[in-house]
Amino acid sequence: MTKEKMDTQWETYEVFHQSRRGEPHEYVGSVHAPDPQMALQMARDQFARRLKCVSLWVVRSKDITKTDYQDENFFAQVTDKSYRDPKAFEAPEKDGH
Amino acid sequence: MDRTYDEKLADFEARVGRGEKIEPGDWMPEEYRKNLIRMMSQHAHSEIVGQLPEGKWIPYAPGFRRKLTLVAKVQDEAGHGQLLYRAAETLGKSREDMMEELLSGKAKYANVFNYPTPTWADVGVIGWLVDTAAVINQTMLAQSSYGPYARAMKRICYEESFHIKQGYDIIAALARGTPEQRKMAQDSIDRWWYPTLMMSGPPDSLSVHSQQALKWRIKTKSNEQVRQEFVDHIVPQIRALGFEVADKDCSYDKTSGHYRYTQPDWEELKRVINGDGPCNKERLDARRKTHEDGRWVREALAVKGRKSAEAA
Repeated sequence: MTKEKMDTQWETYEVFHQSRRGEPHEYVGSVHAPDPQMALQMARDQFARRLKCVSLWVVRSKDITKTDYQDENFFAQVTDKSYRDPKAFEAPEKDGH
Repeated sequence: MDRTYDEKLADFEARVGRGEKIEPGDWMPEEYRKNLIRMMSQHAHSEIVGQLPEGKWIPYAPGFRRKLTLVAKVQDEAGHGQLLYRAAETLGKSREDMMEELLSGKAKYANVFNYPTPTWADVGVIGWLVDTAAVINQTMLAQSSYGPYARAMKRICYEESFHIKQGYDIIAALARGTPEQRKMAQDSIDRWWYPTLMMSGPPDSLSVHSQQALKWRIKTKSNEQVRQEFVDHIVPQIRALGFEVADKDCSYDKTSGHYRYTQPDWEELKRVINGDGPCNKERLDARRKTHEDGRWVREALAVKGRKSAEAA
């Protein structure tokens, strides 16, 4: 086969899938597509051909701003944050408040 | 302060040892990356080429329901190929490069698809035997240390269970059929037995990549373990339907609790994988033709992509 420029390398889009109204959109994976409308169609074929789906979001992968796994300091908690946790408090019994 | 290679490797191996996943962007040894790209791209190619032996039966499937089912299965395989190409891309190799390696004949794919499907029973046996072997392997790979591979495997295994059931259903129908239909099914089971056993790969002692893959938990079971699991699972099923296992020496060993079986011919695997199989050329020719036949669609989509970018 002659080495020619292939035409299969489209941009990637990340896909979010909502299985029913009231549920959150959940990240399911990504697709290659030439534009956002086609990305939705690809996402439907790839991620919604079997599971129930009422809404799909796609976003260009390159538009996502990410933390770096290497930068562990970003999530470091220097002080005790247990006061943020409901379990840190003793609730009166049989009282929902 | 820059850490040394040995420090990074120690951190990496400790993470893998704790059963944590490696994610894209994490530091990883170059050999880990290479081994994964090799495995994942071969896996993707196998899904793509795997459409062909069954796809050719779509026009001849007996009845509308079986036809629809087969179309759905072949579509799943295309989807699995895309999921895996995308997961492999996170390691820094483009889908385009991987596709090109497949079309040029440089890349390998599952050897089992270099065998022919002359009868309808072969469609059933691929779903039942071949996909059972694949799922046992893929369930193991769903535990892989590389996050994107493990995630792709979980999704794929779920869909593969449908493939196995539809395959079993085809063979079970033939088992209830005429003597000719039973013979056709038995003949197919016989032909696919050894190629299916070969799927889990040569014994680990002969496999160069296997030791490293195990060490870094790219895979979590040896080739022999995976093959034994398959044999233990499938032999009782074959016999329950009233068929025979091609290996006449295959028998249950009470002491070990496993079936004993005859090893496939590993020289045949080497020969077929290197191009000298019954269908290597047919598969690659079909893949290239499909790629060329679809070119106009990709070109049209590229124009649409440019236009929507201009409009934005």
